[in-house]
Amino acid sequence: MSKLVESIKEAIKLCGLKDGMTISFHHHMRNGDFVLNMVMDAIAEMGIKDLTVNASSVFDVHEPLIGHIKNGVVTGLECNYMGAKVGKAICEGILEKPVIFRTHGGRPSDMEKGTSVIDVAFIAAPTADDMGNCTGKFGPSACGSIGYAFADAMNAKKVVVITDNLVEYPLADFSIPEVYVDYVVAVDQIGDPSGIVSGTTKITRDPVGLKMASYAAKVIEASGLLKDGFSFQTGAGGATLAAAKYIKEMMLEKNIKGSYGMGGITAYMVDMLEAGCFKALLDVQCFDLDAVRSIRSNPKHMEVSATQYAGVSGKSAGVDNLDVVLLGATQVDLDFNVNVHTDSNGYIMGGSGGHSDTAAGSKLAIIIAPLTRARLPLVVDRCLCKSTPGSTIDVVVTQRGIAVNTKYGKNADLKEKLIAAKLPVCEIEDLKKMAEELAGVPKPVKLTDRVVANVIYRDGTLLDTIKAVK
Amino acid sequence: MKITANAVAGTLESSDVYVKVEPCDTLEIEIESVVYNQFADDIKASVKEVLDELGVESGRISINDKGAIDCVIQARVETAIKRAGGNK
Amino acid sequence: MRRSMLFIPGNTPNLLMNGDVLGSDAIILDLEDAVSPAEKDSARILVRNALKHLHYKGCEIIIRINPVDTEYWQKDLEEVIPLKPNLIMPPKVSCAQDVKTVSDYIAKLEEKCGFEKNTVKLIPLIETAMGVENAFQIAGADERVAAMFLGGEDLTADLRCKRTKEGNEIFYARTRLVCAARACGIDVYDTPFTDVDDLDGLYKDAQFAKSLGFTGKASISPRHVEGINEVFSPTQAEIDYAHEVMETIRIAKEQGKGVVSLRGKMIDAPIVERARQVIEMEKAMFGGVEDDE
Repeated sequence: MSKLVESIKEAIKLCGLKDGMTISFHHHMRNGDFVLNMVMDAIAEMGIKDLTVNASSVFDVHEPLIGHIKNGVVTGLECNYMGAKVGKAICEGILEKPVIFRTHGGRPSDMEKGTSVIDVAFIAAPTADDMGNCTGKFGPSACGSIGYAFADAMNAKKVVVITDNLVEYPLADFSIPEVYVDYVVAVDQIGDPSGIVSGTTKITRDPVGLKMASYAAKVIEASGLLKDGFSFQTGAGGATLAAAKYIKEMMLEKNIKGSYGMGGITAYMVDMLEAGCFKALLDVQCFDLDAVRSIRSNPKHMEVSATQYAGVSGKSAGVDNLDVVLLGATQVDLDFNVNVHTDSNGYIMGGSGGHSDTAAGSKLAIIIAPLTRARLPLVVDRCLCKSTPGSTIDVVVTQRGIAVNTKYGKNADLKEKLIAAKLPVCEIEDLKKMAEELAGVPKPVKLTDRVVANVIYRDGTLLDTIKAVK
Repeated sequence: MKITANAVAGTLESSDVYVKVEPCDTLEIEIESVVYNQFADDIKASVKEVLDELGVESGRISINDKGAIDCVIQARVETAIKRAGGNK
Repeated sequence: MRRSMLFIPGNTPNLLMNGDVLGSDAIILDLEDAVSPAEKDSARILVRNALKHLHYKGCEIIIRINPVDTEYWQKDLEEVIPLKPNLIMPPKVSCAQDVKTVSDYIAKLEEKCGFEKNTVKLIPLIETAMGVENAFQIAGADERVAAMFLGGEDLTADLRCKRTKEGNEIFYARTRLVCAARACGIDVYDTPFTDVDDLDGLYKDAQFAKSLGFTGKASISPRHVEGINEVFSPTQAEIDYAHEVMETIRIAKEQGKGVVSLRGKMIDAPIVERARQVIEMEKAMFGGVEDDE
């Protein structure tokens, strides 16, 4: 028996894909992904229309989606993150139905609860055998973890594995087992691994970024959480990575043995693992090729599914035991709500990803961002989009002051600790005032009443809507 | 001061502004900015203030703003105008 | 009271905007080496506007102008003096006359602005062999001279030797400058440590400078500021002692006592002065942070 079929089109036909169905993709190849575009082109050529695409993330490389939306092949879009190119088109109103934004934890949980039904899942697999056992750890297009694809494989009605490295059965060290897979397709190339490294994955050299990083590290130290058993997550941003470096230095100096590092994994987290700062890394996706190398060779660097990372449908998840998470923001409002979906003009250029999951789960959720970016203030009266509820954010670190969130009846002791550590603690309102004194008061942007996206919180409730830009 | 030659000042780095001035019979101010929606009026006011201070009545002033604050915009405009007025 | 002085390039808006958050006691807004000849006009206008509009809370302002043998230094002063920077740093100062030249021009500008004479102080940058040899004359050349600063990079070029991390080649210049400055009762600042990533090296270099008698140290990297501040800060024991001295003096004054002693040791004027300096340092110890209170 073999599940190998001739082509993507044949797999689509065998899956019985019809107008109006929902298909899914995962984003571990990030901006180097070829699979989503290949599949969509095949579908368009086959004349299938009115599909909903549920992709864990949409990157700029997926710009051809705009064409598929315009000619009616795609009429629904669901994701956890959306790059600026497709984001701009969505905000200009090309899609009738509002985009559904979920979180990295909410997406698999919605599939498991049955509120999000996938007819056909397409899995980009850097290595697979002809029965569908597959992994991201090996092969010319190796991307490391394929943690987001687990839920798709386990819950979709039909599952197609697409690989550019077909190996003899059985593939040892598989991530997703054959039991979930219906068809396997071999193609020339599933992606360009150099595109995995997208966004900022290098430590900043900007003095302001380093200052914020040093404050963030000191906040963590002062919080009292930096002790044996410490668990930590950081995004891939210049300043957050610099903070990770400072934390590593502190841990080594004080001989602190942490528990686990989690999330999208970068070379810096690998470095911390290898230096003995953590017992293990829980990796849902690799942000650079050093992380890919590590997950392949180091048994302490473990692949986890999105459900285990951040889900709410499992009996527990990694985020539930997280001590500290460092997060970015485009806007924070006076109630500490955070916007990571849109830029200051209202255009979509991001999404929750694991932002709100980790903020909700962690003991200490720290936002790290400059007071102003190109004259625009970080702190505003009201975020253009509420991506993460303020009640789950604990501290906002800028280069000019650190605001502790005491608005929800918590963190009074944390505030005292930071003041005792002689950190520049201030109120969130002060951060807004300082920015406006420096850069002026921005005029509010004008948005239409038309909803182009619904932002769904990890528990399935509607958190906010995104309106079309004028 | 009269704009008698073409001149530029500033850079296209974030938080800076690139200013180009050229001789012109009338006064024309062109503004391009990454924060146009939020600050177009402030930018225009900043530029005008410098023009008034230096007594510039004509010329084409092109602003390519990367989110500079007022005092930076004014410094770059002043520099460009002084360079264009033969004032080294 | 400065422990750290951080160089900020004069033509970079983003850094000028944030100069006061990087933790140094003083910032040196640089119109000299950080600015190319074609941009001298642009930088001095930008720095002038920054001084006019930004607050620079809790941070002393030093402007490094261009050397007196260039066509730029007078224009530099014309733009910045009206904004009352704390100090002007003339580079490549080689003799007392260089100081006089700059001081006289500042005096003219001060008068024009209606400032009291000697409002703006000087911190000459000594970075030539001649400057080192004339250090005592330079330190005493003018009432404006509040401190001296050693520039190791240009000096070693002038000495025709290699600048090393160990710094043996500038040992003479360091001790000579400290001695000249102290003889004239002014502060003295050490050259930056140039390996940005070597924080251990920075720490050692700063400790060595402190052991020689330097007041503080300059830095070209914000990453070095914290180490410099730490090295040049008084210890908690020194701070406690300083407070004790001041308290003893206060009580003695109340009681009308002339001669005062603390733990059997007589408190004389130099001890009081030292205690006052330590307390001033203590206030400055958290950079711009305390100023927000």
